[in-house]
Amino acid sequence: MKPRSDYERSLWRRLVRFVDGEMPEAAKLHAGESGRNGTGKKSTGSGAEPLPEQEDKRERHRRLERAHEKEAASMLERYRNWPKEHGVRIFGRLYAVAAVMLCLIIIVTLLVTVSYLPEFGQSDNPNNNEVVERYNAHGLEETGATNAVAGMILDYRAFDTLGESHVLFIAACCVMILLRLDDTKDRKRAEEENDRLYEPKNDKILQLAAKILVPVIILFGIFVILNGHLSPGGGFSGGAIIGAGLILYVNAFGFEKAGRIMNRKNYAVISVVPLLFYAVAKSYSFYTGANHLESGIPKGVPGAILSGGLILPLNICVGIVVACTMYHFYTLFRKGGM
Amino acid sequence: MEWLRFIVVALFLTAALGMAVISVAGVFKFKFILNRMHAAAICDSFVLLLAMTGVAVAYGFCAATLKVVLIVLLVWVASPVSGHMIARLEVTTDKHLSEECEVRE
Repeated sequence: MKPRSDYERSLWRRLVRFVDGEMPEAAKLHAGESGRNGTGKKSTGSGAEPLPEQEDKRERHRRLERAHEKEAASMLERYRNWPKEHGVRIFGRLYAVAAVMLCLIIIVTLLVTVSYLPEFGQSDNPNNNEVVERYNAHGLEETGATNAVAGMILDYRAFDTLGESHVLFIAACCVMILLRLDDTKDRKRAEEENDRLYEPKNDKILQLAAKILVPVIILFGIFVILNGHLSPGGGFSGGAIIGAGLILYVNAFGFEKAGRIMNRKNYAVISVVPLLFYAVAKSYSFYTGANHLESGIPKGVPGAILSGGLILPLNICVGIVVACTMYHFYTLFRKGGM
Repeated sequence: MEWLRFIVVALFLTAALGMAVISVAGVFKFKFILNRMHAAAICDSFVLLLAMTGVAVAYGFCAATLKVVLIVLLVWVASPVSGHMIARLEVTTDKHLSEECEVRE
């Protein structure tokens, strides 16, 4: 069987090329057509006179072919423009519908879950057990702290808080391992890695505001820490306030001034000493408590600033660790070491 | 006396709410960052003052009033400075600032 001479332009071949994505462009197609027409005319002119009906057939065949090609070209055009004309719109609608559906599903799931929870404030709720009774009845006399929360987190559950402080410390260590700068003599590399060489930027407005605000913020943080056993607050919140004040100071006056106190060496001492003190003090108090010994730590009068046994020093420890960690996270996540 | 106080408080809080709505609308409406900052600053300054005055009137004169005044003062010191820093960052980083506003050479 002899292969077709016009196989390249057959419907199947065009389909294959269309699927393969190498369809000739519309312009190229038209150019090829006109060229073919010219050669066709020339051949008819120079060659022997074809029979009229043969000529008619060939002409019709050619016209049909041209119509097919034109149709294919317009199909291709539509195929190419589909994403632009319709696709984006359809995708946008689908996206909106999917987003709304997802939101509705989440809302319904959460509402159904909430509806199965016991009503708030019922006396037979599972959270009203002997632990709460104990905290309410004996918390003040056992811990000596008017702030029941501080009594809980730094006395009954002090090991938990110790773990939290260590989590902060370990996180700071990991960040330091990853983001610390190597000591380099290369000036250009140092400039690339460290954006503090051109500090301080000496923004007068910021410096004035920092001069007013930083002492107030740090004093307030200290107040929150020292009053942790008397009023809402404590080491974590007070430490965060002090850390924010230090960050403001660094932004206003640059790292050179702040680095005199808050450098890496001091950070090691400042974080490790409170954590060690915390661990030792709490180990002692748990040891004596578990063995029913007298710990010898005065509870003081509830409500006085020096009361609550170990809670005040532990609050101070936690506050120092949190403040240093906040500040050093900030310095490490900016370009440059601490 | 009590209903007079209630009316005053309600007026202050309603005004604060209205200004807050205007501010939020401006934040979403404006195209350029400096314009948006202006809209956002309304919330920081005027809305805060109105709302805190309303709260202070509602509670009468006590220790909490002093705290309210302190809050207003603190935010009024801190908010313009942070706005200034944002504007400075915008001016230093935006290459097409002259489209946004008049730039003096």
